[in-house]
Formats: sequence, structure tokens, C-alpha cells
Amino acid sequence: MALILELAIQGAQMMLVLLLAPLLTGFVRKVKARLLRRQGPSLIQPYRDLLRLMRKEVVLADNASWLFRATPYLVFAATWVAAALIPTFATGLKFSWTADLIAIVALLGSTRFFLALAGMDVGTSFGGIGSSREVMIASLAEPAMLLIVFSLALIAGATQLSTVAAVMGSPDVGLRVSLGMSLIALVMVAIAENARIPVDNPATHLELTMVHEAMILEYSGRHLAMIEFAAFLKLLLYVSLISCVFVPWGLVTASASAGSYVLGVIVYMGKLAVCGVLLALFETAIAKMRVFRVPNFLGAALMLALLGTLLLFVSRSL
Amino acid sequence: MISAAALLLGGVAALLGTAALAVVVARNGAATRLIYGSTLGVSAVVFAIVASHLTSDPAGASVVTLPLGLPWIGAHFRLDPLSTFFLVVVNLGGAAASLYGLGYGRHEPAPHRVLPFFPAFLAGMNLVVLADDAFTFLLSWEFMSLASWALVMAHHREKDNARAGYIYLVMASFGTLALLLAFGLLSGPGGNYTFDAMRAAEPNQFVAAAVLILMLLGAGSKAGLVPLHVWLPLAHPAAPSHVSALMSGVMTKVAAYGFMRVIFDLLGEPTWWSSVVVLFLGGLTAVLGILYALMEKDLKRLLAYSTIENIGFIFVSLGLALAFEANAMPLASALALTAALFHILNHSFFKSLLFFGAGAVLTATGERDMEKLGGLIHRMPLTSFVFLVGCVSISALPPFNGFVSEWLAFQAILQSPDLPQWGLKVMVPAVGGLLALSAALAAACFVKAFGITFLGRPRTAAVEHAHEVDRYSLAAMFALAALCLLAGILPGLVIDNLSSVTLSLVGNRMPVQMAQPWLSIVPIAESRSSYNGLLVFLFIAVSASLAAYVIHRFASRALRRGPAWGCGFPDISPAAQYSAVSFAQPIRRVFGTFAFRATEKVEMPPPGATGPARLDVEMHDPIWETFYRPIAGAIGFAAERLNHLQFLTIRRYLTLVFLYLVTLLLVLALWP
Repeated sequence: MALILELAIQGAQMMLVLLLAPLLTGFVRKVKARLLRRQGPSLIQPYRDLLRLMRKEVVLADNASWLFRATPYLVFAATWVAAALIPTFATGLKFSWTADLIAIVALLGSTRFFLALAGMDVGTSFGGIGSSREVMIASLAEPAMLLIVFSLALIAGATQLSTVAAVMGSPDVGLRVSLGMSLIALVMVAIAENARIPVDNPATHLELTMVHEAMILEYSGRHLAMIEFAAFLKLLLYVSLISCVFVPWGLVTASASAGSYVLGVIVYMGKLAVCGVLLALFETAIAKMRVFRVPNFLGAALMLALLGTLLLFVSRSL
Repeated sequence: MISAAALLLGGVAALLGTAALAVVVARNGAATRLIYGSTLGVSAVVFAIVASHLTSDPAGASVVTLPLGLPWIGAHFRLDPLSTFFLVVVNLGGAAASLYGLGYGRHEPAPHRVLPFFPAFLAGMNLVVLADDAFTFLLSWEFMSLASWALVMAHHREKDNARAGYIYLVMASFGTLALLLAFGLLSGPGGNYTFDAMRAAEPNQFVAAAVLILMLLGAGSKAGLVPLHVWLPLAHPAAPSHVSALMSGVMTKVAAYGFMRVIFDLLGEPTWWSSVVVLFLGGLTAVLGILYALMEKDLKRLLAYSTIENIGFIFVSLGLALAFEANAMPLASALALTAALFHILNHSFFKSLLFFGAGAVLTATGERDMEKLGGLIHRMPLTSFVFLVGCVSISALPPFNGFVSEWLAFQAILQSPDLPQWGLKVMVPAVGGLLALSAALAAACFVKAFGITFLGRPRTAAVEHAHEVDRYSLAAMFALAALCLLAGILPGLVIDNLSSVTLSLVGNRMPVQMAQPWLSIVPIAESRSSYNGLLVFLFIAVSASLAAYVIHRFASRALRRGPAWGCGFPDISPAAQYSAVSFAQPIRRVFGTFAFRATEKVEMPPPGATGPARLDVEMHDPIWETFYRPIAGAIGFAAERLNHLQFLTIRRYLTLVFLYLVTLLLVLALWP
């Protein structure tokens, strides 16, 4: 019985991230539009877009290979698995020990690896420019992310996210310099990883500024739907990660009552809303930077993360 | 009952016999099949012996002494857990390379230059690992070096190969010299060359330091540690591809074996600062190696540079193990050592696989230059599939094997804040950052390697007529790809079999992993960290199939082929695709300006003119220019001076001889 319940909660988490991901993106778009005094598309527009894309036929370039066709499903699946392993409303889920934080970062690395390859598959300059810029951004963002993971793991004594969240929620962590640095670095990495302003513009279609969009330019129909869905999931994943590590309150621990799970979901959605508003505010307030300014931006994140880790090596209480 | 070590020596003898046979029959048409078939058989049998030895009861050592070599000590051979593990690596790689050679060798233009040396090279590597005294070790080491040198020189008429062979020979001799001195110091004034005697001796701190430096020079030059790596990217690609695979995938591991044997086994208690040196060199090697690889456009040289990166990773893990051992943290030390050993195994899988793939491309197209390839995924679907598996594995992406060893190393790094020394406290996180950086750059590098070679449109006519390679080559590549996946999804099995090695070297082992529920790996405790490759693999496979099924069933399965979007310019030439150099341009701009002093010069035609624009990239090899060019210059200068001695009159020669004699006698007379 307990096993069935645990499986049900794990399944609920998987469906929850799937259902909420487009809503979060729709919410951010809506807030951005309202900040610009536009009406903005409706909150459920991303769902409609996904359905429309899924029903359309795929137009495939003549020389696209099997890799090009398999990548969207792989990317979607890996992102979904990664998102499902992050504590959203509850910790200690049935399969939370399958992959720790390092493995989740690496899973996201796999999705980028395949997307970059797919960008080069058709053999157009667009795909190439997108892929080469994407791997350049990743080559700085990924080590920064890993160093952030190191900092968190050193504070919590674990790379397991459930444990990290539990330790972060306990009163003996308190305010630390290294945590502050990690938070700033993590936000910077999250912005870069999700192709948000100022690193990349999710709404652009101007060649010179595209990174992520250039890479997936050849995709259409259901393939594009999968990739868009994966992008929504990734945004949700990073927001969930930041909130479960730095705002770990309201997470339901294992074997709680049904009512507390409902409360946990409501608290989680509240956190998503707050992060969404903050992201929209930030994106509205700042301009996109040139591609070759991005290394400076991410280099700063890398150095902050390294400094945070170094501080923890110097003293566990910093 | 014949002892295991004697059985293995029989295998080595069989390999040497095959080499002798090859000399006789090399020009015969069936020789390729005969020789590779025979090495495949011997390697497979030896592999079966050592693998069963490793999985059953490797704790006890099996010793054989032969009346060869120096008359007063004989030749000692010993099979203990460490050598068993490395024999597994050597013979698995040897068997795979032989299988591949069965097909690949048929395209060899000069088989009599390859066939005799291939079994000899395998025999040499086996002997190095088995040797139990310094004399046998050094002799086998030189034998291995020379056999591989001969294989590098197999195509000696090709451009640059002679230079590669020359530099390799110089560096190999230098490395052996360092090893010779190291063993001299270890054996002490007593001059007992058996490893047993060296193990019993307690060298003082200065001797230990000197031995460490000499081993880093000697084994490091063979493994490819920066700054001693310069021969590696020249020599490895110059050999035939299955030999490149052996040199990169296996011989560098034999060098790592030499280092581990001396530092962990013979030298006794390590000091903490020795780990700082190893960590620093390892981190530097990892990052520089992969940056070189990113700048490369020759597929085999890219792979060789990536080997340097992986060696860096292995040495970082070894350095961590040393640091923990010096501070009496045996569990953490076992964890770091397991990461190193696991990565040694992994790298022998995927680097062999990738070199085999590069060889297949070379056979099919005659090209190693990525700028002339492209679109091979349509022409060589099977090769491209296994090459992709290799790329994913080496980029440390789950659920494949490369990720597991990297994950273990990161877990070991997370154990290190408890280290007391300040030098290590600063060094370890910095090296951790370097490892993370090199992992990310490796992914970028292999996106480039696969994307430019196999994806896109064909860049030359040679590629358009490429065909899939033969069944033997494919079998070897598929076997290695399967091993990459298996080691990735069942890491517990590998870790448990490494426990006897870590027990014998650092006196502790990781907890038993196969007893964990769901075949997870848990280095310390489940609440701290765990990883389950099998479930990750299953989850991804199930959710990807589910998504594909749902969409194809309920949404749409319509598909239309059309031309790619070309911004209104139809029929763009394949030359307009991204190339290896342009793909690396953003990374070159970020890291290359610093590491290689890369500069770009753009010459644009005047406005209105239709001439082509030119982009010139200038890069400097920092290691070559700071270390080797001055040395080469100094040697040239000295040789120029000494040259005058050739043109003296007889009187002056007689004077010189006389002065020399007097000096010698004076020294002898004054010697205390």
C-alpha cells in the first residue's frame, strides 16, 4: 500500500511538472507583456501552441538524418526525467535517489549535446552558428553549475537534492557568504541555460542574435513541439531547483497526510509565481548583450561559484 | 596446477611467437588474417584468465621467476590485483584491436611493416604489467616503446610521420632514462632490483621526492602529461588506426600503471605535498589537452589530444587518492582510486572505439581532415551510430560509462574539505573547477568531432562515395559500444571488481555496490549521494518512447521532405557549412586568446567588390614554444660548438687526449 502511494506521488510529480511547465512560461510572457503595458497572450497560449504544433505535419529537410528525428524525443525525455527528480512540492520521492544533483546537471548536458548535434545535421550555416555558440555558452555555464553544486554539497554534506533541501530548511544553516554567492551564480547560470535575456532572447528571430533559436531553426511540427516543451520544462526545472534549495520551506516530507500534499502543491505554485514575476521584471529591465559579452557574464558566475566553493574549503561555517 | 602468472607468460610467449611468425609470412596474402586471428585468440584467452582471476580471488599474488635477464637476479614476474586489473585493460584492448585489424588490416598497403610489430607491442605491454623487478620492467618498457615506435613509422613515407617518429623516440628515451634513475634511487646503494626489496626499503623524504619527480617525468611522458605530451598527438595518429587505438587507449594506461606501481606500491607512505604536484599537473593536463583538441581539425589528432585530457583526469583522481592516503582517510582514498581505475577502463573502451571509428572513416574516404568530411551518417549509418556512442561516453553524459567515473571523482572531491593542509584546501577546489571545465569542453569538442565529420552535407566527392566498412571492424566497434553502455548502466559490477585493487593499494575499498537495491551506486550513504544508471537509462527510454507513441498515435504522423531553409539563397554550396575551425571560433575567442595567444585577422574586400574575404587565424603552442624550442635551440647551439672538434689538427687531438688522461688520473687520485 505504501509502495503504491509512493509511486502515485512520484507519478503525480511527473504529471505536475508536465502540466505546470507551459503555464509558467505563459505566466512569464503575460507578466512581461503587462509590464510593457500590452495585453499579452492568454495564460494558456503555450498549451495551445503545443497542441497546434503537434497536430501539424513535419517538414523535414532533404538530408536530415535519423538523429535529427530522434533528438526531440530524447531531449524531451531527458529534460522530463531531470525535472521529475527535483523536489517540487515534496522531498524523498520514490525515485529521488536515482540521480543526484550532479547527474541532473549532466542529464541537462546530454540534452544540449544532442540539440547541438541536431543543429549541425542539416548542414546550414544557421544550425552551425547556433550550435557553436551554444556549446561556447555551455562550456562556461556547466562548470559554473558544477561548482555551485559543490558549494551546496559541501554545506549539506550531500549531493542528494532531498537531503540538500532538508538541510537548507533546517535552522542551523543560517546566512552564509558562500550561499549568497551560489545563489547569484545559480541565477546567472539559469538565465544562460534557459536562453533568457540578457544572454539570449527567446522571442528573437534576428539571425545575428540567435543562439538557441538558430540551433532549432529547421525543426517544425511535432518535433518543434517536443523541443519547445523541453524548453518549458527546463525553465520550470531551474525555478524549482532554485526554490527547493534556497527557499526550502513548505516542502512536504515523506509520509505526510493528503491535506499537506495539497498545501505543498499550493505553496510550490506560489513560489513559481514569485520567481516568474522576478524573471519577467529582470528581463524587462535589462537589454540583451552581445554574444561575446556573454563569456564575461558567465565567467563572473564561474568565479563567484569558485569563490563560494573555496570559502567552504577554507571554513565550513562561511 | 600451473600458476596463473606462468599461464600468462605462456600467453606472452605465444604473442612473441606470433610476431616471429609474422616476420616470416608477412608478405603472404593470408598473413593478415592469420596474425590478427592469432593475436585475437591469445588476447581473448589471456583476458578470460585475468578476468576470472579478478572476479574470483585476486588477493593472493602469483609469482614466477625465470632464469633470464641479469644473471644474479633473474626475471621476476608477479600477478597481483593491480597487475590483474591492468592485464584486463591491455588484453581487452588487444582483443578488440585484433578483431578490428582482421578487417582494417586488409587495407594496409605495407602489411610487413605492421604485422610483426603488432603482436610484439601487445607482448611488451603485457610484460610491463607482469614484471616484478626493475630490470625486467625497464626492458619490457623499452620493448613496448620500440615496438610502438616501429608501428608509428609503418607509413614512414607519409608527410610528417618521420618527424613524429623522431620526436616519439626522443621522448621515449628521455622517459626511460627518468625511469632508470627512479628505479636506481629506489633500489638504493644495495642495488637490489626486485620490487620486493624496494617495497621493503624505507626511502627518506628526499629520495621519495626525487622518485616522484622522476616517475612523473618517466611515466608522465609516456602517458602524455603536460608538458611532456608533445609527441603524443604526433605519434598516435601516425600509426595505423587500430594501433592508434592501442597506443591511446591502452599504452597510456600502462604508463599510468607504472606510475601507480611505484608511487602507491613501492614507495611506501606518500607525503601530502606529492599529491599537490600530481593534482596540479593533472588539472593542467586535462584543460590544456581538451583545448588543444578543440582547436584541431584532424580527426585522429583530435582524439589523441583528447587522450591527454583523459590522462589528466586520471592523474587528478590519483592525486586525490594520494592526498587522502597521506592523511589517513582510507575510505575517501579508495573512492578516488576507484574513480581513477574506472576511468582507465572506460577510456580504454571509448578511446579505442573512437579511433576505430576514425579508422573506418579513413578507410571509407581516405580522409582524416574533418574539413573534407561531412554527411557520413547517411553513408556509414552503423559506424556513425557507434561513433556517436563513443562521443556520448567520452563527453561524460549519463547513462554511459564516462559519466560514472567522473561522478565518482566529483564525489571524492567533495570528501576533501576534511583534509588538514592548506595547500590541498586551495588546490582541490581549483582542480575540481578545472575538471568541470574540461568536462564541459570535452562535450563541446565531441559535438564538433561528430557534427563536422558525420553530420551536415558532404564537403568533398570522396565522402559522397563512401561505403560502410567490413563486418570485423563493425563487430569490434559494436562490442566496445556495448561495453560503454554496460559499464554505464551496471557500474556497481565494475566497482565491486575493482575493490581488490584498492584494497591492495590503499588498504580499503568502497562498500559493496551490487547489494544495493535497484543496482544503484552509493559511495558513502544513500542520503548523501547515489546514482542509478540503469534507471536513468530506462526512464529516458520509456519516456521518449511514450512521448513518441502518444504523439504519433493521437496527434500527427504526417511528414514531408523539403529543402532546408536557406534565407532565400537556393543551392548553397556545402563549403558554406560550419567547419571545424569556425565551429571552434567562439571557444577559441574565449579561451584561445589566453591559452594559445590566438589572433584573427580579417581582410574584407573593399565595399562593392565581389572578391572573397579572408580570415587568418594565428595560434601559438604555449608548451612547444616555452619548453621545447629553447631546449632544441640549446642543443643545436651546443652541437654547433662541438662540431669544431671535428676539424682539429692531429697535434691538438693528441693534446686533448693527454689533458683528458691527466684530469682523469687526478680525479682518481684525489677521490676520497
